[in-house]
Amino acid sequence: MERILTRNIDKPEALTIAGYEGAGGYQALRKAVTSMTPDAVTEEVKKSGLRGRGGAGFPCGLKWSFMPKEVDPKRPHYFLINADESEPGTFKDRLLMEKDPHLVLEGSLIGAFAIRAKAVYIYIRGEFVYGAHVLDRAVAEAYAKGYAGKNILGSSWSCDLIVHRGAGAYICGEETALMSSLEGNRGYPRLKPPFPAASGVWACPTTINNVETVANVPFIIERGADWFQSVGKAPKNTGPKLYCLSGHVKRPGVYEAPLGLPMRELIYELGGGMLSEDRPLKAVIPGGSSVPVLRAEECDVDLDFDSLAAKGTMLGSAGLMVMDTGTCMVAAMARIAHFYHHESCGQCTPCREGCGWLERVLNRIEGGTGKQDDLDLLLSVSNNIIGNTICALGDAAAMPAISFVTKFKDEFKHHIDHKSCLSGTVQLQGVR
Amino acid sequence: MLGPEFEKTVDAIVAKYPQPKAAILPVLWEVQKAKGYIDLHSEEWVASRLGVAASHVHGCVTFYTMYKQRPSGRHHIQVCTTLSCMLRGSDELVGHLEKKLGIKTGETTPDGKFSLVRVECLGSCGTAPMFQLNDDYHENLTLESVDRLLASLD
Repeated sequence: MERILTRNIDKPEALTIAGYEGAGGYQALRKAVTSMTPDAVTEEVKKSGLRGRGGAGFPCGLKWSFMPKEVDPKRPHYFLINADESEPGTFKDRLLMEKDPHLVLEGSLIGAFAIRAKAVYIYIRGEFVYGAHVLDRAVAEAYAKGYAGKNILGSSWSCDLIVHRGAGAYICGEETALMSSLEGNRGYPRLKPPFPAASGVWACPTTINNVETVANVPFIIERGADWFQSVGKAPKNTGPKLYCLSGHVKRPGVYEAPLGLPMRELIYELGGGMLSEDRPLKAVIPGGSSVPVLRAEECDVDLDFDSLAAKGTMLGSAGLMVMDTGTCMVAAMARIAHFYHHESCGQCTPCREGCGWLERVLNRIEGGTGKQDDLDLLLSVSNNIIGNTICALGDAAAMPAISFVTKFKDEFKHHIDHKSCLSGTVQLQGVR
Repeated sequence: MLGPEFEKTVDAIVAKYPQPKAAILPVLWEVQKAKGYIDLHSEEWVASRLGVAASHVHGCVTFYTMYKQRPSGRHHIQVCTTLSCMLRGSDELVGHLEKKLGIKTGETTPDGKFSLVRVECLGSCGTAPMFQLNDDYHENLTLESVDRLLASLD
């Protein structure tokens, strides 16, 4: 297929604004600002069917349409770009920011125009030092060329563009935690409602979109919603998608394909197949570590929001973690639980205590000191986390835990009964 | 405390936000850049400069894992050991580094040259195993490439 989102990633000249403009860049922003109304932009994005690429898959245009149509001068509108990419298995936004920063900025500015924003804040995770540097340089160029700042492209609309670095906290990828953090607080999620469009950052109307989501927007404005609908699986899974492939494959990396790419095509063709010929596929986590795992025989599935939902899992952030038959599923799940325990913000008891409890139980099963009723305990703890917290971090630990324990029960039981590992090739490694 | 140049930097940061409090994270980054870590005196200075309680600033410093409350080694090695990196050998990488440097994760070599920590997913899963050395990512690591890299550092 034609490369859309990744068309510039191996062109170093796209890092400069002249190079980006030379490849047709900023024409979509110009078209939006000089010939369309904000509502017309929102309508076009709505018609395209673009769904959020951060994990939830919420329709982007619909989200924009929740914003007030008039701006109350005392409550300016803000557009936040979620560049906190920290879902394990996900590394697509980093590619866009480091290799095609102006595409991210152009999409952000079009979105900001559509929601009548006074400023865009790009919240980038603290570890992406280089990405923040590339974006900062691009922002300075965009100001110098009149694409950001006062009276953009001669219009009456002014908008600032600010890159804001996080400082190490997975939870800040959750939209309300991101707002708390941007305001200068610990990254604690907030209850919804109020939703951000009603009262977001600094209690003002706010829209938050993922980096990859806004990177699609210039193409929608330039080529139209009908074109976007022709890519992928209309009507509900449209457009190009960046898939992140990691784990036991020959060629891990980011691959662009229309939404609905068959999973086996990604793993065996684009990804070059399994890493070791003698270790076939055992399991795939398809959407970043917080979604339920699929067994190998469940992997005849298209990678889009609805096909994966039908399999009881999620596309999420399209971070596919591929595991071969040498993988100990107990060790893998213990590592996932460690992550969520470490990253729980600590506000809600079920998540703060539950994630640690999951980790401890998984570690003792992994280390050979598991008890007979530990599997029931894991399910019980998980079910007491789900739905009982402010945000979805607790669910993100509990959902994979339930799926690992139920789908690979024999392995977990073997660890408990025989104090050894069924997958054979991996020795019991003890707890970390 | 941090000089008039630093004051100017803080002013420029504060101007980017509707409320000074929002400048806490970026100002703390500047403090860490200038001093190598963030001590309690600096926290108090940031608090009074931005008009918030010192306890609030301390709350931020302790919440975000990248703020250092004590100096680290000159070469701070942060090994990602989350699932994708684990599948590609990050535990072996940590073991190799511990042996090579003679320290455990969480420790600094006595000469202050190296410190070693395990960190959670750095968003570099397609190029695992990897670590972040100070600000820079080093990806697709092998034990040999790590040895070469360490030998090249002063």
